[in-house]
Amino acid sequence: MKNSLTCHFTSISENEGLARMIAASFIAPYDPTVGELSDIKTVVSEAVTNAVIHGYNEEDFHEITLKLHIEQRLLTIEIIDEGKGMEKVEQAMEPLYTSRPDMERSGMGFTIMEHFMDQVEVRSASNQGTTVKMVKQLSAVNANCL
Amino acid sequence: MACNVEAEVKGNVLLLRMSGELDHHEVGPIRKELIELMEKESIRHMILNLANLEFMDSSGLGLILGRYKHLQKIGGNMVLCAATPAVKRLFEMSGMYKILIVELSEERAFSRLEAVQ
Repeated sequence: MKNSLTCHFTSISENEGLARMIAASFIAPYDPTVGELSDIKTVVSEAVTNAVIHGYNEEDFHEITLKLHIEQRLLTIEIIDEGKGMEKVEQAMEPLYTSRPDMERSGMGFTIMEHFMDQVEVRSASNQGTTVKMVKQLSAVNANCL
Repeated sequence: MACNVEAEVKGNVLLLRMSGELDHHEVGPIRKELIELMEKESIRHMILNLANLEFMDSSGLGLILGRYKHLQKIGGNMVLCAATPAVKRLFEMSGMYKILIVELSEERAFSRLEAVQ
């Protein structure tokens, strides 16, 4: 079974929770483990929060795109913004790095994404937005057939 | 889902019971209230009961790390007395699990603070 979903939403912090719920609902039919479900919600939350805070400087009139795709239990998540982008992607991905120490950020966002997902790819350039693509293989379902 | 915070002040100890979902959207107003409360009540130690916190991400970690740094500066302690496996995992990943005092219940957390004071 394969399935895809693309949605666009406004760059307001309320939508961090909405994006998590959409991703959780999308994978629910595949019987993910409690841990997988929690991992997916966390990484979506991290990437959407980055788009809201860093991509769009908390301006509430931009658009964020969430793309979900699943095929043979291989889940691909893309979170796309058209905001200010990053010049130094590698620096942003370092644990504890934050461009906004004033905001009391933990600097753990990308570290969490890399830890929870099998693959994380970030495409970004100054003033050209950011795309975060993450892939995770969901574990096989153990059917109890007698 | 919103994040609910129940605060209880006992002397200079602040007990926080958090439930719901703690993300960037929720962190802003909670941080402001916490800072005001801690200043008003001259709080030196904090006990976190996160047994009913269903979700937390790096924004929540940032909030807790911020309060931890403040308590450290004034010679106080932070005790974590309950957390779900997912929340605990985030604490472990960030290295915070090693620096916090971990106890099994609110009562034990209170006695631990009395012992170190």
